Amino acid sequence: MTAVFYIASAIAIVSTVMVITRMQPVHSLLYLIVSLLAVSLVFFVLGAPFIAALEVIVYAGAIMVLFVFVIMMLNLGREAAEQERRWIDISMWKGPSLLALVLLALMFYALHSGNPGAVSGRVVSPKEMSIALFGPYLMVVELSSILLLAGLVGAYHLARRETGNEERRRS
Amino acid sequence: MFSLLWLVPAMPFAGFVILALMGSRLSRNAIAAVGAGTVGISAVISLGLGMRFLLLPPPGHAYTVNLWTWIDVAGFTPHVALYLDALSMVMTLVVTVVGFLIHVYSIEYMRDDPGYSRFFAYMNLFVGSMLVLVLADNLLLLYLGWEGVGLCSYLLIGFWYSDPANGRAAVKAFVVTRVGDTAMALGLFLLFTKLGTLDIQDMMERASQQWAVGSGLAILAAALLLGGAVGKSGQLPLQVWLPDAMAGPTPVSALIHAATMVTAGVYLIARTHTIFELAPPVLMLVAVVGGATLLLAGFAALTQRDIKRVLAYSTISQIGYMFLALGVGAYSAAIFHLFTHAFFKALLFMAAGAVILALHHEQDMFKMGGLRKQMPVVFWTFLIGAMSLAALPLVTAGFYSKDMILYEAWSSKIGGPVFWAAGCFRAVITGLYTFRMIILTFFGEQKTAPGHGPGPFIQVPLIVLALFSTIAGFLELPRTLGDMPLFSHFLRTALPHAPLHEGSVNVEALLQIIAEVGVLGGVIAAIILFARKRRHILNLMAKPWAAALHDFWFAGWRFDALYNALFVQPYIHLAQVNKDDFIDGIYNGLARAAAAFNRALSVTQTGRLRWYMMGIAVGAVIALTLVVFL
Amino acid sequence: MIGAVPMTHGLMVAGMLFVLGLVGLLVRRNIIYMLMSIEIMLNAAGLAFIVAASRWGQPDGQIMFIVILSTAAAEVAVGLALVLRFYSRFKTLDADVANDMRG
Repeated sequence: MTAVFYIASAIAIVSTVMVITRMQPVHSLLYLIVSLLAVSLVFFVLGAPFIAALEVIVYAGAIMVLFVFVIMMLNLGREAAEQERRWIDISMWKGPSLLALVLLALMFYALHSGNPGAVSGRVVSPKEMSIALFGPYLMVVELSSILLLAGLVGAYHLARRETGNEERRRS
Repeated sequence: MFSLLWLVPAMPFAGFVILALMGSRLSRNAIAAVGAGTVGISAVISLGLGMRFLLLPPPGHAYTVNLWTWIDVAGFTPHVALYLDALSMVMTLVVTVVGFLIHVYSIEYMRDDPGYSRFFAYMNLFVGSMLVLVLADNLLLLYLGWEGVGLCSYLLIGFWYSDPANGRAAVKAFVVTRVGDTAMALGLFLLFTKLGTLDIQDMMERASQQWAVGSGLAILAAALLLGGAVGKSGQLPLQVWLPDAMAGPTPVSALIHAATMVTAGVYLIARTHTIFELAPPVLMLVAVVGGATLLLAGFAALTQRDIKRVLAYSTISQIGYMFLALGVGAYSAAIFHLFTHAFFKALLFMAAGAVILALHHEQDMFKMGGLRKQMPVVFWTFLIGAMSLAALPLVTAGFYSKDMILYEAWSSKIGGPVFWAAGCFRAVITGLYTFRMIILTFFGEQKTAPGHGPGPFIQVPLIVLALFSTIAGFLELPRTLGDMPLFSHFLRTALPHAPLHEGSVNVEALLQIIAEVGVLGGVIAAIILFARKRRHILNLMAKPWAAALHDFWFAGWRFDALYNALFVQPYIHLAQVNKDDFIDGIYNGLARAAAAFNRALSVTQTGRLRWYMMGIAVGAVIALTLVVFL
Repeated sequence: MIGAVPMTHGLMVAGMLFVLGLVGLLVRRNIIYMLMSIEIMLNAAGLAFIVAASRWGQPDGQIMFIVILSTAAAEVAVGLALVLRFYSRFKTLDADVANDMRG
């Protein structure tokens, strides 16, 4: 099982690297989906099956599909890839990479200075989660629903194309 | 009789008050009567006091009257008190008699001037202040008179204030004498804090008891008082104001800058002589200042064109003589020369004024000439005054006083022959420029035609002063000519005897002869150089070194330029630098720095998302570093 | 189900994913890519929570992940709507174009 964990982590990291280095938006999207699937596998191995399922369904299923829809709507094709190539060149990677490495080193150092112990590996079943959700974390559910409602309304309003009447009224 | 002493300064002040309050409503004659009359009454009372003093001197040869207590604070109680001894008697006589004659003169001289009552008001105020100065019992009252005459000098020099040049000359006089006055005030502070009193006689006694000869405090106090005297009397280095002070009307020049105010410095040193005797280096400095000034001014007088400026430089030079005499300890000689100088210098100024008035305010000598026949009274009185100035032998008052100074300079223990030589040389130059003045003005061809001649109000004072210029010398006959030193005998009660070698009569005679030969030589040289065609002098002037020297002396040895570069320009420069108020600049600078900081910081606001993201990442790194490592 | 995986390793994986997302955010100019990088970072944060939950054997971490997930969903919806408005306004997906708030 530990091997699965490490292999899945490696896949996630490699595919994330591919996400950020591709020129075609659709390619990086697909790599992102792979990364998410790998992370879901890690979740499963760590003993959170419900969350693993949620990851695939919501994250890889809904959010990434949203991205695909938007890319399709914007009709980003070959010229987008050309544009990307123009914008990115090797010299631009240096600064952020350095910063990222520093941050990473710091985090590693911070992590190693403690001794938190090992993962217990006990599977937390959906039943336990539900009891927790309906018990102490009731407000979480309510707040999440309000948040989603706000997101829904906001997205609808922002993305609405103006009808002809409104255009004439505005001008 | 002595109880009338307070009237002597009070009358001119009363005249001032009357003229200041009601002057514009009085007629010309009334103004003249009040103006000259008050001084006349003072003169009469002074003469009466003088006779009483001679015939029946008061006990201790000094008379003090305490009019009222001025200030009474914590042991500091200066009174308004008048002190009459031989020295102040002489000074009072000079001031009131000469002042009265000049007031009479200015009745006619200023007749056409619209500021008639203002003029007499100022003149009365001046005479009153001068009398307070010479009669003061304590130094604070003396300082009051000192400042009063300074103020009146300013007012009178700038009398014709509509011409800004006059105003500038008046301000220059005031500022330069202010430098001296400040030194004197510091001296007064020092004297009071160290000796506890400002009463002159008390102070001198305490000083001689408490301070050793040559002690630092005495030197400092004497040097500060000398500073004040130098400023008021126009000696080096503060002589620059006197020539420009000729911008005032001629009676002003006659009264203030010939006879009275400029002699206040001499009076001060003579009055506080004990302090100076306690500081021999300062006394030597007095003599050196006198000697240097008399040479400097003599050379400058040789080249002037304006007749009043010649007389101004001549005054500076003559007062240098007096300082020289004071410096070698010949106090009586200095006062005697002050006495005679008042007469002949006032006479010269008034005669020059008559010439100027007749020539419609023309003052350039090179535009005068040939006035001998047309203004005979003026000519003869001017000639008498000039002869006295040049100290022609035997018949002039100047001869006796100058001779006394020269002899005492030669035989004094401190300095002797050097000072005598300077004085002698200067006598030659005096003869030279005096007769240059006469020849240019009265002989030769006429360049400007005179208007109507002077009236009686001008002529009578001229004649009276000419008389005094001749006979006043007979009060002090030296040993070679009769040995009747009446004047110094009179003053002996107030001033100490000069320390001198007792030379023989023959030495004195020899010195006199040498000095007089020098003077006559100067006179003859002037006649040769300046009469007729003036060939020689024009040839001399053609040489470049001569012309350069001439220009140098003409500008008064360039002292004005020196002071301008040394003091005025830096001050103006500093004022310009501070014009923008550099202290405000600190606050403005703060505001500008804040604005610049804002501009610098706003560069970081690029509006680009990735830039802000970078900022967040960097901040996270920093925060994490702090947390992990600290 | 799992043995001796030290928690540190799990957190390191999460850290690496997060940093990769950060680099992608800093480098790419296209808004779509920036949003994708944000998603990566959110996912990494969630992974960290799950690792912690697994360490203690509690459901709390998983509930936290649910919160993160719903937040990410709402944010993506709104963000993509904004991208559409952005595109229709600027006719390009360059994030540097929208710098009117500079200065």
